[in-house]
Amino acid sequence: MAESLLTLDDLAVHFMVGSAFAGGVKTLKAVDGVTLEVKAGECLGLVGESGCGKSTLALAIMGLLLPTRGLIHVDSQQISGSTPPDRMAMARTVQMVFQDPYASLNPRQTVRRTLADPLRLHGVNDKAEVEARVMDMMAKVGLRPEHADRYPHEFSGGQRQRIGIARALILKPKLVICDEPVSALDVSIRAQIINLLLELKDEMGLAYIMISHDLGVVEHVSDRVAVMYLGRIVEQGGWQEIFEDPRHPYTRALIAAIPDPFHRAAATIAKTKAKGEIASALNPPPGCHFNPRCPMKADVCVADAPFLGTVGPGHLAACHFRDRVS
Amino acid sequence: MNTPLLKVDNLRIALAGDGVTYNAVENVSFEIGRGEAFGLVGESGCGKSITALAVMGLLRRPLSLGGGRIVLDGQEIQDAPAAEMRRLRGKRIAMIFQEPMTALNPLSPVGKQIAEMFVLHEGANWRDAMDRAEEALRQVRVPSPERRIRDYPHQLSGGMRQRVMIAIALACGPDLLVADEPTTALDVTVQAEIIDLMAELCAAKGTAVLMISHDLGLVANMCKRVAVMYAGRIVESQVADAIFATPSHPYTQGLIDSLPRLGERARRGRQRLTEISGVVPSIQAYPSGCRFNPRCPAVTDVCRSSAPDITALPADGLVRCHHHG
Repeated sequence: MAESLLTLDDLAVHFMVGSAFAGGVKTLKAVDGVTLEVKAGECLGLVGESGCGKSTLALAIMGLLLPTRGLIHVDSQQISGSTPPDRMAMARTVQMVFQDPYASLNPRQTVRRTLADPLRLHGVNDKAEVEARVMDMMAKVGLRPEHADRYPHEFSGGQRQRIGIARALILKPKLVICDEPVSALDVSIRAQIINLLLELKDEMGLAYIMISHDLGVVEHVSDRVAVMYLGRIVEQGGWQEIFEDPRHPYTRALIAAIPDPFHRAAATIAKTKAKGEIASALNPPPGCHFNPRCPMKADVCVADAPFLGTVGPGHLAACHFRDRVS
Repeated sequence: MNTPLLKVDNLRIALAGDGVTYNAVENVSFEIGRGEAFGLVGESGCGKSITALAVMGLLRRPLSLGGGRIVLDGQEIQDAPAAEMRRLRGKRIAMIFQEPMTALNPLSPVGKQIAEMFVLHEGANWRDAMDRAEEALRQVRVPSPERRIRDYPHQLSGGMRQRVMIAIALACGPDLLVADEPTTALDVTVQAEIIDLMAELCAAKGTAVLMISHDLGLVANMCKRVAVMYAGRIVESQVADAIFATPSHPYTQGLIDSLPRLGERARRGRQRLTEISGVVPSIQAYPSGCRFNPRCPAVTDVCRSSAPDITALPADGLVRCHHHG
């Protein structure tokens, strides 16, 4: 088994919102007790709807938000609320690919500068070496040498995302967080970027955290999958277990919500669809956060929050009825 | 077959550039029968949204109608005066937009925005109109409509706002509902609910739907027939089931093959996704001949020199490809 590259131990990130004068200060529990592990070279799919805490989790792993509680181990570094990370060392270990490649590139920097700056900041001062590594990285992501002197606005969406990927990989990180890397792209371009990400993963031995709401993409790329709902992991396991034998009703609802042109049995879909919308993280429902939307809701779901319990090897679900097969 | 509800015939939409005029949409023809759901699918920039705006009579500079006919229930409306179109919009044809927050008036309670429809189009007084607005909110399953009617758009969630949009659009029982990416801004589980709601209400009221989306799967689930647009032209149109079973245009084929399909990896292991090479052309640089030719795996000389004509497919389908059949 590969060694673990990232471990999250009971990680929580809370925010204080509001003011003491207007309605009082409230605690927003964006991430609330997440325990996860990513091994070297592994791809973890992270699934959930907007507001579930995926992006806060990503920022905490990047070292950009300090945990309120719990620990993050990345490679050899340890981050907790009282020990902030060494940003330079973090940048060499964890990098991020963003959803909107245009908004996340500096419009006034050429591709060469975007890729060369991180190298210089991290002590590569030999001009020839910088140039060689920039050119090598551009070739890896499928950009041509003459693209080096162009600006982001001169590229199409797919090419911009290639620049975004090149920037993330130029320092040879071990873990790359991909935050919805294809959702902003044209449908006919998405396959190119997904194939590229998978090739680079094998070639450079990268580990990915693939954040996406597109379950088709997650199933395609992930080794393991974690499903998040209102700051908590509600289910995690190998990709096959999650998609073939989902045990949390929210996971089932997500799968049922995918429009399927190849016609699954309509009856099973109707039964597993979720009602209503995700609650506010400021005021989550008591007990299991999913209970107001759950088709299997019982009294115990309002009274107690279920713990993340084992249902199979490496497969955990936080549902009181996790042993009830759909 | 009796006369269709909407007939778009040889539509051309002109885009005025710097001294040049481009055809943002050309040769677009389709028909929608009464109560029928029709889907128009394509990527951003293919002209699907402006086709919808043309039907609504909402094209504004630099876009304008370059030619063709739009016939609603036997009446040509492409040259109808503004006052006439204002009377039709909301009453006979209504529209739902992608982003409900920007489509709703932020300074007006949602109940009033629904009630306005009854006042403007049916001459109701405000008191009756507000009662009917509450009923309309109940129909789109907004919880406690008697309270929500006084809420402003910012007090509602994304899904609730889109429900309000649907209530406004369907208030006067239009014959045709134009839905432009109605769920793209919503979460997946909410998207499923909104689509179900739209389908159910339209079926109950006999409203026809023109659904615009980039998501072929979503459209195919909701619509009876689907047309695929690429770079300003319809390249293929078929019954929804048939378009997945027998896609006839290489672009449609490519779109279907390039999407990772749920369950596929379990059945066949991880396969490399089929890519459509290249990028979507920009309107200033549409290639000559078939516009898909630089990206097409089956391209030959004829594709580069002449634009393909329509070839008929079974069940009123059509495809625009030199290499079909």
